[in-house]
Amino acid sequence: MLRNAWLIPLIPALAFFVILFFGKRLPRKGSEVGIGALTIAFVLALICAGQWIGKETPREAAHAHHTWFTFGGTDFGFGIHVDGLTVMMLVVVTFISLMVHVYSTGYMHGDRRYTYFFAALSLFTAAMLLLVVSDNTLQLMIGWELVGLCSFMLIGHWWEEGVNSGAAIKAFITTRTGDVGLMLGIITLFFAAGRNFDIEHLNHAALTGEIGHGTLLVGAALLFLGVMGKSAQFPLHVWLPDAMAGPTPVSALIHAATMVVAGVYLVARVYGPFFVGFSIDAGGINVVALIGAITVIIAAALAFVQDDVKKVLAYSTISQLGYMVMALGVGAWGAGIFHLFTHAFFKALLFLGSGSLIHAVHSNNMSEMGGLRKKMPTTFWTFIVGSVALAGIFPLAGFWSKDEILLGASKNGYPLMLVVGLIGAFMTAAYMTRACYLIFAGEYRGHAHPHESPPSMAWPLRILAVPAVLAGLLNAPGIGLFNKWVEFDIPGVQPFLHEHDFNYGLAGLSLLVALAGIGAASAYYFRGAFNGISDRIPILKTGERILVNKYYLDDLFLAIIRGIQYPVAKAAYWVNQNVIDGVVNGMGKGAQAGAYLVYDVIDQRVIDGAVNGAGLSAEEGGSILRNVQSGRVQQYAAMLFGAAAVLAVGLVFLT
Amino acid sequence: MLAETMVAQNIVFGILAVTMVAAAFRLVTTQNVVRAALFLAIVLAGAAALYILLAAEFVAWVQVLVYIGAVVVLLLFGVMLTRAPIGRESDLDNDQRWLAALVALFLLGALGAVLADAFGDDKIGHITIRRTAEVSDSIFGAYVVPFEVASVLLLAALVGAVALARRD
Amino acid sequence: MYLNEFLMLAAVIFCLGVYGVLARKNAVLVLMSIELMLNAVNINLIAFGAFRDNVIGQVFALFVITIAAAEVGVGLAIVLLIFRNRADIDLDELDLMKG
Repeated sequence: MLRNAWLIPLIPALAFFVILFFGKRLPRKGSEVGIGALTIAFVLALICAGQWIGKETPREAAHAHHTWFTFGGTDFGFGIHVDGLTVMMLVVVTFISLMVHVYSTGYMHGDRRYTYFFAALSLFTAAMLLLVVSDNTLQLMIGWELVGLCSFMLIGHWWEEGVNSGAAIKAFITTRTGDVGLMLGIITLFFAAGRNFDIEHLNHAALTGEIGHGTLLVGAALLFLGVMGKSAQFPLHVWLPDAMAGPTPVSALIHAATMVVAGVYLVARVYGPFFVGFSIDAGGINVVALIGAITVIIAAALAFVQDDVKKVLAYSTISQLGYMVMALGVGAWGAGIFHLFTHAFFKALLFLGSGSLIHAVHSNNMSEMGGLRKKMPTTFWTFIVGSVALAGIFPLAGFWSKDEILLGASKNGYPLMLVVGLIGAFMTAAYMTRACYLIFAGEYRGHAHPHESPPSMAWPLRILAVPAVLAGLLNAPGIGLFNKWVEFDIPGVQPFLHEHDFNYGLAGLSLLVALAGIGAASAYYFRGAFNGISDRIPILKTGERILVNKYYLDDLFLAIIRGIQYPVAKAAYWVNQNVIDGVVNGMGKGAQAGAYLVYDVIDQRVIDGAVNGAGLSAEEGGSILRNVQSGRVQQYAAMLFGAAAVLAVGLVFLT
Repeated sequence: MLAETMVAQNIVFGILAVTMVAAAFRLVTTQNVVRAALFLAIVLAGAAALYILLAAEFVAWVQVLVYIGAVVVLLLFGVMLTRAPIGRESDLDNDQRWLAALVALFLLGALGAVLADAFGDDKIGHITIRRTAEVSDSIFGAYVVPFEVASVLLLAALVGAVALARRD
Repeated sequence: MYLNEFLMLAAVIFCLGVYGVLARKNAVLVLMSIELMLNAVNINLIAFGAFRDNVIGQVFALFVITIAAAEVGVGLAIVLLIFRNRADIDLDELDLMKG
């Protein structure tokens, strides 16, 4: 199965076409095709996982490659590279996608574009799967762009409202800005690796020093631009909160669990250039870790001032993505991937739960919720489980993965990142507590009649709660299965990716910090401590205003765009009107002048002159010759005598 | 004797030639029509003298009778009848006189060259004095047909002139 | 006496006659010039006759005189007719055949 893992992306792709063409005529409007295809894909992914785990160590990656054409010595084709990382991603993507498909049958019931929604979900899943199995950067980029397209389509699913289409465009353009870097990075590394797109070859070349350090730095930095765009790192994170305008299943699938982690996946997969280029083994600080750290803090801060529950979760996602990137930046490769794994489960759970809440109260805003604990028990319990997992409380999933990141940061010589990670953990716990309080505690503040969600929505919540609780245990000390299954393997080369022993002290510290966060938030909300503090201390008020305005980043970007776009547009317009139109008009005028020239000079003067001249010369000649016939006899006589004399002379002297 | 005759003939010829050429020149350049007619009479008289010099007395006499006696008178009659002004008046030469002079000179040159070339050293030797009877023998003998034709021509001319000039 | 004397003299008078024919405006003067030309021819004939010692030159000269007389008569008749019709015998004005 491992060598035939290309089937896994293929099945949802086929489902896409089937749903697109036949979906509307089917009894369940195409959702059954989507769910069926995803089920098959999930089963196949599990089989792949089983086969991978059952392999003899050291496990070698499975390859299959089909060359489409070769050009100039470079091989262009489609291929798969299946190793632990791939298998993990396959399982996660297909599982979450399946859950979302089932959930959507309830959530999107009666929607105006129900069938197209499922078609887009299938296409997205197929593209994401294509991305994770690819063995060359070109194919990876194809998957990357496709998921970007699907994200655009799905965010703007209800495009009749301007907010939604605007959000879709913002997402697309922001990620596009990063994609420039991605493309340039791929090109740079292509040339650096000797005109080769193959990822394994690239990693090998980078780690064995075949490629120069400077080249690797440039290539990795450019690739990281793409990561910043797709995985919502500061400052290209601005699209993700606005992308919450899309339907909640979309947010769960794409903007929590799968698409946004594509950037993290890219760094993990093409780790060689990153590791060597950014000198990750040197410790201290590097761009990847720094950006990740900044993202952690600022996103977490923004989550405190949101009223929309989905936006809280969106900022939370950005913050957790920051954790993953930071992990990869400090050399804790396994930790970063593990956090991706666990985060997918509990964040999808949280999003689907929020969807359930929104469906019940017909509003996104937490100010219109409250006291829903009793009214929606399943949602309440699963949401709490997800929140606790996210906060990193023992023994739920988030605890283990977050702790590993902190461990990696401290042991690999990145003390700053350790501190940031701890602060982030505190803030995460705090804002999730705030969210839970606003939604579930107190009295209901809205106007709808909330009730529990239908089974199609409730069951995915229940199912997802299980891995949210248990998934972390895969990497618990003593078990450590995850790290064994998912290793960074480049045959023959062992990079600096230490597997550190579990540190109880650090684990305890992170747990304490998380509990402190919960405690602080609880004090604020349940007991009213520090209430109104921002009104009393002006600097806090300013900070609050900055947060509410999202650090004025949106305004900054808009100003930059306006500042660049408007002059460029004006210049382009000028060029068009004056240069291009000038050339065209000039040619027209030139042709016209030429025509006039031809007419005036050539036709009127030359040709008509010739014609007229012929006539005139005949006339003049005639007038001159007419004088010969003057009617005067003496003139004739003169001519006669003259001619006779000449003739005589001629006759006499020439004969 | 012969030599003196020669010399005398040359002198006579020289005088006659100069007279004739001068008169002819004046004939074509004078502005007075009547004087032109008189100059013509001089030229004709000179020609008659030349004929005598060349032992053609009959022709000389006919010349005087017909040409000077009739033709000049006729021309004078014509002058009179056409009221050409007697005395000096406006230019009698037309605009192409220079061209005419050119043509005449050219013709003269050509003729002169030809004559000089052809008859350079020919001399008129002794001329037999003939009697008029020999001339008439020739006319009525060998050339009687041209004689008759000439008389018919005269008749025609006469009739024609009358017919033309008759006031009708 | 040289033959050429007479011939040259005749040539000179002939050419003067040509000049007169071409250059004179009055028709009667033209006729006079024609008489000049005819006389020149006569001198030629007589000279050649004397050169050849033949009477034929004189015969021809007589014929020429006859014809010249006839010609003058007819010519003057025409001139009179012209004068009667146009009151002018300026040959420059007689360009009805112009063009």
